[in-house]
Amino acid sequence: MNKLVSSFTAAPLPQGAVARVSLAAPVARLVLRARGDLAALNAALGVTLPSVVGHRAGAGEIEVLCLGPDEWMLHLPPGQVGAVSASCAALMGSHPHSLVDVSGREVTLEIDGPRAAELLTLGCARDVEAIPVGQGRRTAFDNVTVILWRDGPAAFRLDVWNSFAPHVAGLLETGCRELAAEAA
Amino acid sequence: MLLIHCPYCDETLPEVEFTYAGQAHVVRAADPASQSDEEWENFLYIRSNPKGPHYERWRHLHGCGRFFNAVRDTISDRFLTTYKAGAPRPELSSLLGDRT
Ligand SMILES: [Zn+2]
Repeated sequence: MNKLVSSFTAAPLPQGAVARVSLAAPVARLVLRARGDLAALNAALGVTLPSVVGHRAGAGEIEVLCLGPDEWMLHLPPGQVGAVSASCAALMGSHPHSLVDVSGREVTLEIDGPRAAELLTLGCARDVEAIPVGQGRRTAFDNVTVILWRDGPAAFRLDVWNSFAPHVAGLLETGCRELAAEAA
Repeated sequence: MLLIHCPYCDETLPEVEFTYAGQAHVVRAADPASQSDEEWENFLYIRSNPKGPHYERWRHLHGCGRFFNAVRDTISDRFLTTYKAGAPRPELSSLLGDRT
């Protein structure tokens, strides 16, 4: 079994006036790989899997982001993993797929504040402002693979693998201090 | 910094999200047992090294994760086109025509 709660314990995360970083509450994470007609999987999950890379869908407490043409990241309450896994497993014969619990692999940093997007440019070469609100992207932050969710004009979530989390959090802390110094 | 168009994401993105993956359209023989030593050598080791347009594979590693093909000019580093894996090899004449 994967360890659900990450071992990453950040030192006090930066809390600037223009950009804040905080550690999100633990959530269950599943990676789904599937091809072909997805209707049966949609029914099993209770949510229609988005087909465009970067698009999101949600139903109830399940949140889905399309990472690639045949790959999705699902966030859901830990208590629902058993039921979702079982209903997908029942389809294995008729619709082969892969559903992997990666809950223990990564943590989520929440980044918000009026200059949150600017803070992310510290490590993200992509045009962060161009990501539409309500979508997400897998990208690189200082060469670390991350998943960036944009929840609002100035509200982001950054999924980072455990072993990279101290590095990414450290960079964000530096950036927050720079932005705070500019504002002062 | 190079900007590369991923045909799966349909976005033009910074080079750091991508990795180079060698020459494109190198096809493994359908019947490997029929291959001579020379044919295996050619398949495994012999690659072109053009000065100019080069058909090559790239992978959107920090993104959708997909391999795709590209034609890049090795002199200017300019990408003439990118296309999905499995799509037919575009004719060079059509790509160079787009240039003007
Ligand atoms: Zn892509």
